[in-house]
Amino acid sequence: MHGQQLLLYEEDHRSVQAVIRQLIRDADALAIFVVDMNGQLVAEAGEVGDIDTISLASLCAGCVAATAGLARLVGENDFPVHFHQGRRASLHITRITPQMILAVIFDDRSSLGLVRLRVRKAVGGLARIFETLRKKTERPRAFGNSPFADITDEDIDNLFSN
Amino acid sequence: MSFINYSAREINCKIVYYGPGLCGKTTNLQWIYKRTNPKLKGKMISLATETERTLFFDFLPLALGTIRGFQTRFHLYTVPGQVFYNASRKLILKGCDGVVFVADSQAERMEANVESLENLRVNLDAQGIELATTPFIMQYNKRDLPNAAPIDEMRALLNPRQLTEFEACAPNGGGVFETLKAVAREVLHDLKQMSR
Repeated sequence: MHGQQLLLYEEDHRSVQAVIRQLIRDADALAIFVVDMNGQLVAEAGEVGDIDTISLASLCAGCVAATAGLARLVGENDFPVHFHQGRRASLHITRITPQMILAVIFDDRSSLGLVRLRVRKAVGGLARIFETLRKKTERPRAFGNSPFADITDEDIDNLFSN
Repeated sequence: MSFINYSAREINCKIVYYGPGLCGKTTNLQWIYKRTNPKLKGKMISLATETERTLFFDFLPLALGTIRGFQTRFHLYTVPGQVFYNASRKLILKGCDGVVFVADSQAERMEANVESLENLRVNLDAQGIELATTPFIMQYNKRDLPNAAPIDEMRALLNPRQLTEFEACAPNGGGVFETLKAVAREVLHDLKQMSR
């Protein structure tokens, strides 16, 4: 809030998508989501189907935040990896950076070991992309105007006219 | 912290409803959910106890329309109001773009209102954010109850700077959408200022 924004440009989105699509193949995963710590869905790949992705993003962020709180209670800074095992599908959650989360959904076509191994590799690539993005966000005007720069009061009022 | 996705042409903002236990934060979101066009809303999620008290948060995503070709979404969250859930409140406040404080108008809840507002100030301060510079709306809820305190008294206690405020009766929707529109408008104005 105030001075902080997360900006995702077209080329960064493409880079993130390339990494998570590769991860889908490498890990035999069903679906992959990149979520920020405030619960915003940043990217998705795989068989998303009828998953409510907006709710998933919000709950993943809440889960990671609550787990980090638990970690601090037992003297750890964080539990950077968590795993939720289901009957058919399982969820593997990893911190990419302090601000970004990678959530991988997989079933019995894959295994926890394989997912862990492939995620570890992908996280490095994603972390580099988000580091570049963080630097861009510090000087956003160099990369294009914010859509807010030219909005008028009328634009805002029109949002509520329906 | 708003999220502007140039690829999906989306703007996402986070609004948090804050206030003491049983003041009507969840009721605000339930009314918005009930009365919003299904095309504009996502599922409402409530992480509540067996007695329907908010345990972690309620969440409601709303897509209000487009601004300059960008779909504008608001993610509405409530915090658990009960005093002992402060760790959860801190987590939910992180990255919020605007706050609605839902005050309980019942005279016997004034102390709880004051405590909760102070708790909001402290929790924002811990993130390096001043309440005074945050898009903020004061809502005086439960105005229909016979034991409601006079507005002047509540204003003096809770809103001495006379920021935008609304009287509300959340179970029948009174003041609910007025509050939402006002906070959304303040958030967008704030983002406009930031982009200059």
